[in-house]
Amino acid sequence: MNDLTTLPTTRDEDWRYADGKYLADANPATINHWRTLEVPPGETRFQYTEHSSGPLAKGWTDRLRVHVGRGGRFESFIVITGGPYERCEIEVTLEEGAHFEFGGVTLGGGDKIQEFVTRVIHAKPGATSNQVVRAVQWGRSTGNFLGRIEVVRDAQKTDAAQNFRAILLEKGASANTKPELEIFADDVKCAHGAAIGALDEKAGFYMAARGIPPEVARKLQVQAFIADAFENCTTEHVAERLLEGALAALEEAHL
Amino acid sequence: MLKIENLHAEVATADGPKPILNGLTLEVAAGEIHAIMGPNGAGKSTLAHTLGGRPGYEITEGSVTFDGQDLLELEPHERAAAGLFLGFQYPVEIPGVSNVQFLREAANAQRKVRGQDPLSGGEFLKLAKEKAALLRMDMDMLKRPVNVGFSGGEKKRNEMVQMGILDPKFAILDETDSGLDIDALRIVGDGINAIMRSPDKAVLLITHYQRLLDYVKPDKVHILAGGRIVKTGGPELAHQLEEEGYEAVA
Ligand SMILES: Nc1ncnc2c1ncn2[C@@H]1O[C@H](COP(=O)(O)OP(=O)(O)OP(=O)(O)O)[C@@H](O)[C@H]1O
Ligand SMILES: [Mg+2]
Repeated sequence: MNDLTTLPTTRDEDWRYADGKYLADANPATINHWRTLEVPPGETRFQYTEHSSGPLAKGWTDRLRVHVGRGGRFESFIVITGGPYERCEIEVTLEEGAHFEFGGVTLGGGDKIQEFVTRVIHAKPGATSNQVVRAVQWGRSTGNFLGRIEVVRDAQKTDAAQNFRAILLEKGASANTKPELEIFADDVKCAHGAAIGALDEKAGFYMAARGIPPEVARKLQVQAFIADAFENCTTEHVAERLLEGALAALEEAHL
Repeated sequence: MLKIENLHAEVATADGPKPILNGLTLEVAAGEIHAIMGPNGAGKSTLAHTLGGRPGYEITEGSVTFDGQDLLELEPHERAAAGLFLGFQYPVEIPGVSNVQFLREAANAQRKVRGQDPLSGGEFLKLAKEKAALLRMDMDMLKRPVNVGFSGGEKKRNEMVQMGILDPKFAILDETDSGLDIDALRIVGDGINAIMRSPDKAVLLITHYQRLLDYVKPDKVHILAGGRIVKTGGPELAHQLEEEGYEAVA
């Protein structure tokens, strides 16, 4: 689609929610660069990232292409709190019986655009994938999840799950999601769900009625909400660290 | 202790504000327990929510003083810290937040407002165990997310465990008895007495049935209908209602 010298634009399907200004100013070599990772058969590799950026940041994009060998596992947990445009893209090809576990959180205000773009290719039978993305947005920020799942012919017994939920803390915030499923095998389980809403007001009042101030109530609710994304993280202290980082970003926002 | 005068309140609905409380006057002195009974839709829960300060409930007239201060000036969480407890008719589920975490946050937030030191994890657990035992609730339930997957009766019992832990001055209990089995009703009744029977505390019990009042003997019984108190009497009024119904009595 893009060769190494042209820049993507928001007319490209995969960049439809991107920040047009960021793309126009980007360096083609950087934006078109893919990091690669090979997970040998039967082994596990991890990627944990907390990406935040200061007020003067210009943005950040990261593209990672992973190949997971037979029976291998790739686990990725990422928190994005920065801006003005931050995009994390992961493409995973799964061999027989391999697994991809993904947990992503976007958390931001202002005019930030934050997104996860994934493409999971179930290339052989019996591979599984599970993706959980949680977006918490305020101000006029946007949180996106574009998740594409491809199941090739003969990749029977594929189990691919995808779940996106967004909480918009303020009126001007938004979230977008568009799951894309391309399935060419017939014995396949493919669960996907998406929901975009506000914080549960009833729970907020219930907590207030017990003496919990609104900012603490909000923190507890957001914490419970984003914790879903780290539920299957096999390294507990990493999950905790990512959660703490995310909550710190929320606190800094002084909502 | 709690003085409600000529309270008018409306609820925000899809079709605009709807008046529900229409000049409600009621006074509960310290050391007393009052029962409020009334037909479905009379405004009992609306009264509870209005006193709790629930967003969307607007007071258009009247006043509420609690312990000498203007209750309506306080934010909902400040009302709780001032000693007001609301037992919900429909307790709310909070996925992902454990009862223990929720109640420790609540207890310590209230203590902070009152200038007390926070309870340590150990101190809090000891208190929670004691109150769970009082209400015969399994400690394992306190480790689960707030009310998630609790049965109707378990939720009500959990409300009372919360009341025990938070130790309020004034409790408004909205149909805490609904949904309880016969044994649970007695346990909850005993619990309310143990936690709230005191010369410097008071309770407003909203109920449809006489049964709870056999355990928690009220000093006064009020009938709420059409958004106001239409009749007040002693404990005998509840018996009379049980036999004759609202239409005959009020
Ligand atoms: N959000 C709302 N939108 C529309 N009507 C409402 C709303 N909230 C309350 N009402 C109405 O206000 C009236 C009083 O309701 P409330 O819940 O206070 O009754 P109640 O006395 O507690 O009844 P019950 O005994 O059934 O619990 C009812 O007619 C109810 O339909
Ligand atoms: Mg009610």
